[in-house]
Amino acid sequence: MMESATVELGSLAIALKVRNLNFFYGSFQGLKDINLDIAHRHVTAFIGPSGCGKSTLLRTFNRMYDLYPGQRAEGEIQFQGKNLLDKKQDVNLVRAKIGMVFQKPTPFPMTIYDNIAFGVRLYENLSKSEMDARVEWALKKGALWNEVKDKLLQSGLSLSGGQQQRLRIARTIAVKPDLVLFDEPKSSLDQISTAKIEELINELKHEYTIAIVTHNMQQAARISDFTAFMYLGDLVEFGKTDELFVKPKIMKTEEYITGRFG
Amino acid sequence: MTELGNPMAGSKAVAGPIDLHAGRVTIFRRQDRLFHGVTQFFALSVLLTLVGILLSLGIEAYPSLSTFGTAFVWTNVWNVPDEQFGALISIYGTLATSIIALLIAVPVSFGIALFLTETCPTWLRRPLGTAVELLAGIPSIVYGIWGLFVFAPLFAEHVQPHLQAAVGDIPVLSGLFAGAPMGIGILTAGLVLSLMVIPFIASVMRDVFETTPPVLKESAYGVGCTQWEVVTRIVLPYTRVGVIGGIMLGLGRALGETMAVTFVIGNANRITGSLFSPGTSIASTLANEFGEASPGLHLSSLFALGLVLFVITFLVLAASNWLIARGRAKAGH
Repeated sequence: MMESATVELGSLAIALKVRNLNFFYGSFQGLKDINLDIAHRHVTAFIGPSGCGKSTLLRTFNRMYDLYPGQRAEGEIQFQGKNLLDKKQDVNLVRAKIGMVFQKPTPFPMTIYDNIAFGVRLYENLSKSEMDARVEWALKKGALWNEVKDKLLQSGLSLSGGQQQRLRIARTIAVKPDLVLFDEPKSSLDQISTAKIEELINELKHEYTIAIVTHNMQQAARISDFTAFMYLGDLVEFGKTDELFVKPKIMKTEEYITGRFG
Repeated sequence: MTELGNPMAGSKAVAGPIDLHAGRVTIFRRQDRLFHGVTQFFALSVLLTLVGILLSLGIEAYPSLSTFGTAFVWTNVWNVPDEQFGALISIYGTLATSIIALLIAVPVSFGIALFLTETCPTWLRRPLGTAVELLAGIPSIVYGIWGLFVFAPLFAEHVQPHLQAAVGDIPVLSGLFAGAPMGIGILTAGLVLSLMVIPFIASVMRDVFETTPPVLKESAYGVGCTQWEVVTRIVLPYTRVGVIGGIMLGLGRALGETMAVTFVIGNANRITGSLFSPGTSIASTLANEFGEASPGLHLSSLFALGLVLFVITFLVLAASNWLIARGRAKAGH
């Protein structure tokens, strides 16, 4: 349906290439022949009605579907010269390089400090002072440092919902991934937290490539550089956010962004 | 009740739907009250039974406890002809077998639960889970017979000599495995007990592992954790309370288990320090001696033993509650 996906990016560097991707939940096909590129150090948003496959697509990027028997992906996802879908690809390594922020705030049952240090300890052997610095760095990146610097040894569960979500982001950033996936990170948050996180995403895109799934079209329009509209497992339209929202090429996209369905 | 029961009683003039509702509400209220009373009665009867058992144990044990005093608990004697009784031998046997059982059962159950919830292929999950539960349904006397006639001879012939040879004369360990390899004894009782408590601990662990929110596990996998890291650092801390509960359930069962232990523990009233030597537990002493105990100090001492077992079980329960409360406080709930 979408032949021009690569053309849209022009001369930008490409972080992740998806080619002929098909995804199956058992016998149900969740994604149909997806082709698109995700631009390096830009924000790419995925929009579409519930069940359109946008979260599914995001979950193929870090092979999260591997945890569930019966789910499988076919095709190719090129990342740093390797096909992520390759059976031989080390999934833990993929997930360390491609971080994910989930729908619900999910602090681990441990202290705030350990929530951040946890992922780092898996791959790096830092001294106490280096780890302290890393935790501070990540919490600052997550715009949470000022609120928690005096209670780093309290449980992560003691934070508010918005703080927990930013903790999750800080935790993802702490392992220094190359690509950060946001799975509707704000659907469960209040206005102020939402604003903070959008600010944060703007901040982060200077250093990270970001892919974000959202229900909220205004949000996609606000924060993303590129937008992909998906419907029933198809990638309907993909292009620069400004163009897609102002002058969609495809009827279905226009119907969706003007609120005629979805 | 009377003033609320039927406010319409005096005003027959406005008969109609309101009157009808008031009548039905009264009936509902009576039903509620009856239901409340019945359930309260059941709940209280449990408490009454508990108090009754404690009282009768105390009364029956009184002659023995007044003769031997609190020294009963730490006296290393059980001499029926001379009427000298102390609980230490039985307490030692009970605790030693239960600890051995837990040392084996906890890691094995952890492995079983881990496999069933995390790595087991879907088609195998149900049959394997059912098999573990069925293991819990085998009557304890069957474990006893199997332990005495099948396991103990094999153990004596193929395991104990090798264990002794392997340990050699390492100071402490050689003492633990000293004595004739007869097959029966403290260690065998502990092993059989571990088999009996594994299904309990494993199925509780499996159930609580399954309560870990998938999104929490995905988050951990999302930063690149391996399965082992997810289980030990996310699932286990998250389910700590339930896991402790499961272990305590197993311990409770191990402490009170009677028939299987009686078959394989050897029933000797002495403490040697070797795990190979026969001993006795509180429950197996009771089972062995109640039939022929003459009324008097012997019977009373058996009751006192029962009271001791009761107290131990109570302490275990209290300790587990304390551990759980502490775990909750630590996790910041």
